[in-house]
Amino acid sequence: MAKKVALLQGNEACAQGALYAGCTFFGGYPITPSTEVAEVLSIELPKIGGKFIQMEDEIGAMASVIGASLTGAKVLTATSGPGVSLKQELIGYACIAEVPCVIINVMRGGPSTGMPTGPGQSDVQQAKWGTHGDHAAIALVPASCQEIFSETVRAFNLAEKYRMPVQVLYDEIVGHSRERIEFPEPGDLEVIDRAAPSVSPEKYKPFDPSFGDVPPLAAFGTDYRFHVTGLNKAADGFPTTKANLVDDEQRRQVRKVDAATDIELNEEYLTEDAEVIIFAYGSTSRSARYAVNEMRKEGIKVGLFRPITLWPFPEKRIAALAQQAKAIVVAEMNLGQMVLEVERVAKGACQISFLGRVDGDPINPGQIMEKVKEVK
Amino acid sequence: MAFDYDKYLRPGKLPHIWCPGCGHGIAMKGLIRAIDACGLEKNNTAIVSGIGCASRLPGYVDFNTLHTAHGRGAAFATGVKMAKPEMTVIVVGGDGDGTAIGGNHFIHACRRNIDMTYVIFNNSIYGMTGGQFSPCTPTGALASTTVYGNPDPTFDISKLAIGAGATFVARTTSFHATQIDKLIAEGIQHKGMAVIEVLDDCPTTYGRRNKFRSVIDMMKKLKDNAVPVAAAAKMTAEQLEGKFLTGVLFKEERPEYTEQYAKVIAKAKAKGA
Ligand SMILES: Cc1ncc(C[n+]2csc(CCOP(=O)(O)OP(=O)(O)O)c2C)c(N)n1
Ligand code: SF4
Repeated sequence: MAKKVALLQGNEACAQGALYAGCTFFGGYPITPSTEVAEVLSIELPKIGGKFIQMEDEIGAMASVIGASLTGAKVLTATSGPGVSLKQELIGYACIAEVPCVIINVMRGGPSTGMPTGPGQSDVQQAKWGTHGDHAAIALVPASCQEIFSETVRAFNLAEKYRMPVQVLYDEIVGHSRERIEFPEPGDLEVIDRAAPSVSPEKYKPFDPSFGDVPPLAAFGTDYRFHVTGLNKAADGFPTTKANLVDDEQRRQVRKVDAATDIELNEEYLTEDAEVIIFAYGSTSRSARYAVNEMRKEGIKVGLFRPITLWPFPEKRIAALAQQAKAIVVAEMNLGQMVLEVERVAKGACQISFLGRVDGDPINPGQIMEKVKEVK
Repeated sequence: MAFDYDKYLRPGKLPHIWCPGCGHGIAMKGLIRAIDACGLEKNNTAIVSGIGCASRLPGYVDFNTLHTAHGRGAAFATGVKMAKPEMTVIVVGGDGDGTAIGGNHFIHACRRNIDMTYVIFNNSIYGMTGGQFSPCTPTGALASTTVYGNPDPTFDISKLAIGAGATFVARTTSFHATQIDKLIAEGIQHKGMAVIEVLDDCPTTYGRRNKFRSVIDMMKKLKDNAVPVAAAAKMTAEQLEGKFLTGVLFKEERPEYTEQYAKVIAKAKAKGA
């Protein structure tokens, strides 16, 4: 049977991906260029008995999804720029309380209101360091409508599996372009639900490390009753300031992502023999691919490294590429954010050159080609 | 037989953090008696709070409990209630938590008339952070950030709740301990947003600074200035000067939010079919 296809905008594909993953709750506050995610889900969620709520602001939206998640729902919120900034305190809450949730950030420029309808990639460090405290972060950066669909599904899976917030970041260009998308049939893509406790309610501890780095999460309104707080806590969920317990908990929550092997996802294009590697993500990676094709015609040995998982950063692979290549050219729609990571892991093994743009126009292939040709 | 609070308290989680003479303990006991009177099932009840002394309450009671971020209790609770409308949802917190940082969530929960009971412990001060003024601190009162007297006008929480659309609003004090459970129970049974303001005291950061020599002095102030709604009806404006009303201040029936949303679901399903 032929696959179901459609012409969808990135934001619409995101909403469809969420439904595929089993999302039953959306809490949001409208902001360009993310609004269509909310609009589609306001129509689609009630059809399946799911819930959509437009909250009074982004903080309320983030709070509502965490509350809903604790009842067992798969939850989503979508926002941009200033909205993400507002959500940060509660993103940290979801980290420390280990509550699965997915946050879509359709990136625009900034700081502050910036350029609401212009694209940007300037929240990529915020996705890691936006909230206070030490914590793990997972952020995915799809580059096409099809990939927004599949990465949204994967974001839900990772959120459920690792009991934490997962952010999906794409720029306005990807969010608003319309592309052909092929809908996976149920079962084509993996869908993961959070692990339920197997012990009796009396024995259940929501942060019990004896179950491993990701203890199972019960749901409010079942036979399990438990306490949730944003304070540092012991295995039973109640606050503690005991140094060893706080330390163990903090380290476990970072380790669960560090030790995972199914989070990192990259795409490499013609990197095997490449002397110059372009590091680009989101819409910028599409310009970069075009540039690679053009330069290969001229005999220039250039390839593309495209992270699909931005956090945790693909350290090992970038370190290896830095050994292989003469240079890595980092192209991004900001004034130098992921280039810092590339420099950090390359440890001086090759030249790192940077191409940034913040004027609201996309980085075009010509600019990338020029930058690559500067490499000696 | 004396009331058995232990049935609802978590073993091993006491003593609580509250200072001797703090009104929050009296309010918590009232809440427990109300829950008992309503026959609420522990597994089916969620108690949600923000941050502050009052907001530490969920740690002590044996329900599904959610201690959130400062001011966000009502917004988290909205998510819980929307996702699982069959649960009874109770929010607790201080006056600063609910009307300053959480003011926006508070008024919108009232506006939606979502079925939850919000018990706000109004001690007129930020207790946990050491006595800075709150939107409920009386004008002229002393706080650690108003040593020259508070220049700010004061919020009337109950009026705020009524104005914002809550459909059950009541007020009492920690002196009127037995009224606390009656009003909270009525609020729990009410379908829609119920706000119960419990005026209580913070001897540590408010009383000391504002020349209340003892907790008893603070209690006496609550006792002397409380006027039951029915009695107030027969009093003149002059007689009511400086007093506050207690009892059920407002009650009306209006469509409840999760029920309204159930209609949205029914419509969407009918259209989809
Ligand atoms: C975002 C944020 N801002 C400030 C604080 C600090 N803080 C903790 S409790 C509190 C005030 C508590 O006062 P209130 O809500 O009246 O409750 P009480 O302690 O008097 O019971 C403040 C300002 C915080 N925890 N989070
Ligand atoms: S500081 Fe005030 S509000 Fe906090 S516990 Fe002590 S008396 Fe109660």
